[in-house]
Amino acid sequence: MTTGTHSSAPVRSSPPAWAWAWHVAVVGLAVVWWLVYRQLLPVAEFFTAQLPLDRHSHAGEAIAFFFYDVPKVMMLLLAIVFAMGVVRSFFSPEKTRAALSGRHEGIGNVMSAVLGVFTPFCSCSAVPLFIGFVSAGVPLGVTFSFLISAPMVNEVALVLLFGLVGWQVAATYLVFGLSIAIVAGFVIGKLKLEGWLQDWVKDIHSGAAVPAAILDEKLTPVDRYKLGVEAVREIFAKVWKWIILGIAVGALIHGYVPQDLMARVMGADAWWSVPAAVVLGIPMYSNAAGVIPIVEALLGKGAALGTVLAFMMSVIALSLPEMVILRQILTLRLIVVFVGVVGVGILAVGFLFNALF
Amino acid sequence: MKQIKVYGPGCARCETTEQMLKDAAAKLGVEVEVEKVTDAKDIAMAGVMSTPGIAIDGKLVHAGGVPSSEKLETWLAQ
Repeated sequence: MTTGTHSSAPVRSSPPAWAWAWHVAVVGLAVVWWLVYRQLLPVAEFFTAQLPLDRHSHAGEAIAFFFYDVPKVMMLLLAIVFAMGVVRSFFSPEKTRAALSGRHEGIGNVMSAVLGVFTPFCSCSAVPLFIGFVSAGVPLGVTFSFLISAPMVNEVALVLLFGLVGWQVAATYLVFGLSIAIVAGFVIGKLKLEGWLQDWVKDIHSGAAVPAAILDEKLTPVDRYKLGVEAVREIFAKVWKWIILGIAVGALIHGYVPQDLMARVMGADAWWSVPAAVVLGIPMYSNAAGVIPIVEALLGKGAALGTVLAFMMSVIALSLPEMVILRQILTLRLIVVFVGVVGVGILAVGFLFNALF
Repeated sequence: MKQIKVYGPGCARCETTEQMLKDAAAKLGVEVEVEKVTDAKDIAMAGVMSTPGIAIDGKLVHAGGVPSSEKLETWLAQ
């Protein structure tokens, strides 16, 4: 990118003198966070013990689960969303586009899926981003890799899986989420479907005319911290209801659903459970935060890992509202192909896991 | 009179940004005319990939996220 004629000086919003106070505060809060986090289990047990309930009754199990998991999830989210907010401040859609523009498929899909994890992205700007990518010479399949990976492989999903289910499942989800984004984008690219975009999208050549003022924006470390804080505020404003609701449902499953019911319905033996999970997931619109506590409870009740992962990926990656947004730029045929390719990828992951574990 | 365009499909962040712009303009005593651009096509044509984006007198100054009020004031004062 070349520097244009724009001469606006980088905006520095905080005097450097305050920088050390921010560094100290961030480190201090991290230590406090760690100390509190380690005390969560005993505190939750203490509160549950105060209630006139048998700890081992259905209600006791459900309430202990709720008291422990709500603060645990909130704290994990707080830490990781802040950290990712800071990391994301080093990335932007403009820089990602510049990195992907003119890339060949294959390596382009891999880069795109990985950048999808780190580039700040909101599904409300999926359409301008899509057009911005395609019009600047990012191949269609590579653009799709980004659009699949960005919502699916997100820090909220990974953190919650890590905290509630275990690092193995989180790592599995990360690897296979990226794989689906890479392979599905690659396949869509190979199908050469550029002609299936809406007509007006094909005509746009907005080019890479990104104003230099935006590319050259210099951020101080304090600005980055502030972006982290902003990310936390935004995520919490958006997802706290979902988390509490999700954990409440998870708690009910944990306390009340009989052990063998889930093993029968969602166990590895029922082959139809994977496709059923994918289909069920499409109309369900939730974000990772709401669906994972349910995932944890289902796994605890003997549901098969592959089935549960398929369900989760489907809920997050194939959402109806997102398709309605994409309908503005994609023809119905292309949306069907998109859902088909991603759906097959999720099915494959589901069956693979049920066969392996 | 500054002509300001706020690019965004109508999400909460875009509303916030628009309000902050108006507040900052009122504080500085700068006369502004704020236009909201909500059509995805027009947003993309302007070169905005992450919303909200802000253009002042035809010059894009910001894209992606709610800007700080200090930054807004700097842009308006220019």
